[in-house]
Amino acid sequence: MEMVKTEAIPNLNVFSETLQSLAELDRDILVVTSDSRGSGKLVPFGVRFPDQIVEVGIAEQNLVGVAAGLASMGKKVFAVSPACFLTARSLEQIKNDVAYSDNPVKLIGISSGVSYGALGSTHHSLHDFAVLRAIHNMTVVAPCDNFETTEAVRQAAEMKSPVYIRFGKKGMPHLSRYLDPGFEIGKGRTIREGDDLTFIGTGETVLPCQEAADLLAEKHGIRCRVISLHTIKPLDEKLILQAAANDRPVITAEEHSVHGGLGEAVASLLFQAGYRNKFKIVGLPDEYTVSGSQTEIFNHYGISGDGLARTALGLL
Amino acid sequence: MTTRELKLKSVEYRKKILQYIFNAGAGHTGGSLSCIDILNVLYNRVMNVSPDNFDDPGRDRYVQSKGHSVEALYVVLADKGFFPEEDLLTLCRYQSPYIGHPTKKVRGMEQNTGGLGHGLAICAGNALAAKKDSLPLRVYTVLGDGEMAEGSNWEALMLAAHYKLDNLCAVLDYNKQQITGANAEVVGLEPIRKKVEAFGWAVREVDGNDVEALAEILGNLPFEEGKPSFLIAHTVKGKGISYMEGVLKWHHGVPSPEQYELAVHELDAALQALTTEETGIESAK
Repeated sequence: MEMVKTEAIPNLNVFSETLQSLAELDRDILVVTSDSRGSGKLVPFGVRFPDQIVEVGIAEQNLVGVAAGLASMGKKVFAVSPACFLTARSLEQIKNDVAYSDNPVKLIGISSGVSYGALGSTHHSLHDFAVLRAIHNMTVVAPCDNFETTEAVRQAAEMKSPVYIRFGKKGMPHLSRYLDPGFEIGKGRTIREGDDLTFIGTGETVLPCQEAADLLAEKHGIRCRVISLHTIKPLDEKLILQAAANDRPVITAEEHSVHGGLGEAVASLLFQAGYRNKFKIVGLPDEYTVSGSQTEIFNHYGISGDGLARTALGLL
Repeated sequence: MTTRELKLKSVEYRKKILQYIFNAGAGHTGGSLSCIDILNVLYNRVMNVSPDNFDDPGRDRYVQSKGHSVEALYVVLADKGFFPEEDLLTLCRYQSPYIGHPTKKVRGMEQNTGGLGHGLAICAGNALAAKKDSLPLRVYTVLGDGEMAEGSNWEALMLAAHYKLDNLCAVLDYNKQQITGANAEVVGLEPIRKKVEAFGWAVREVDGNDVEALAEILGNLPFEEGKPSFLIAHTVKGKGISYMEGVLKWHHGVPSPEQYELAVHELDAALQALTTEETGIESAK
């Protein structure tokens, strides 16, 4: 399946547009920001719907606590803040006030992973999958492209339980709509078919998975399956087990620490189900992250078409 | 409920708090005894919340930020009819919903609390939502003095004043002790009144173990139009039991059978005194 690289709009912008279209029809939609409306591309939202945006200032604990209080009154609340702060500074509020108290806040982690590039580790979120996976009553979603972002935001708005959605600020080509036209939170999507090896990516690592699959097909005649596992929790166990059933190698790719994220979730599932496929987790290693742009960091750690193709060849 | 009935309730509630803590062998005794008069007045005089309207979006909201004093709240909710009082015999037992902090598994609880510094922000969110929907309800929380060291409380104080949440009332159960010792020795919070006023709240002070004074001051909310209300309720930790009052070990101390008997004796005497007082007044008429 060919990628369609006609457009490259950041998921962040698509999030803002989607939210405006929802807010127009539903005055219970509220956005809560921590001096983050600019970073969240929500300035137009604030102009159009001044009564539906709540500013809390640079106070992420308060962002989540107040969002929980608004949600418990029946509001459909999107708490928007850079993923690095949202899932670390306010982790106890997420755990207690949102998940444990079952207040259905939609936690939106913007500029996630290493989107902030050279701003450094204070601004990176390489821990969010790990910490949020370990919290009961939390759904964790990382859309790969504009289509998945739109669908994820629309579905999250109607969910009666807490959800975390993270995305970056880099322009993302439409790469997933055509093979599998559906999107459902909790169900992964096979966006390319192939029997020699399976790539499982999430969020902005699905694109390099596709690029690697292109390279392997063109240069080596290797046919790869690519899964966009946009929902890290709950894990689509059926889809993953099906993909691994042919005993071929499985490679996971994530913009996250190799500890506690997508890769370990998939490995745990496969190992406990008795699978012994060749397996590799590609992500950010447990070290001080190299400095550079998101693309440079991706390339450095092999989260790229070339890097993932090399990893694949090593397993085949 | 009349003031005299409130006074009787407070003594009865204290007996029940001790009964269920004694039965469970666990509980936050001192803090439950310091805040019980506040809860008594809120639930029996001030707030519009009962089992009958608990599903009504227009009900008043109460979130107990100092979640560890849950035994006081359990006793009041049982008395209001949210659940059968005998359920409290399962307090802290295996598979019981009546655990050591509030959870929504117990009817009458609005939020799961227990981590400190959480209640006020949630209440601010409740109050803001009520303003947006023009609901005439009020939102109440009881804060512990120890938890005023949590930065999140000061974030919420800033926000509530900014949004002029005069439908929000926070009551500080100021018993002046926390688990390590006196607040003043741990990390002092004085001058708390000036600090909270500087954050834009209308602040009042009251004897937080005097139901009559509490009923009067909480009957006049907001303290100022356009400002959230903060009531510094000066209380005594372990209030009502002579050997517990102001004694640190009763933060979460559980009485021995002898101590329990003595406490019940003291509270029965207090009930007797209130009844005698009542009879005296009636005969004077």
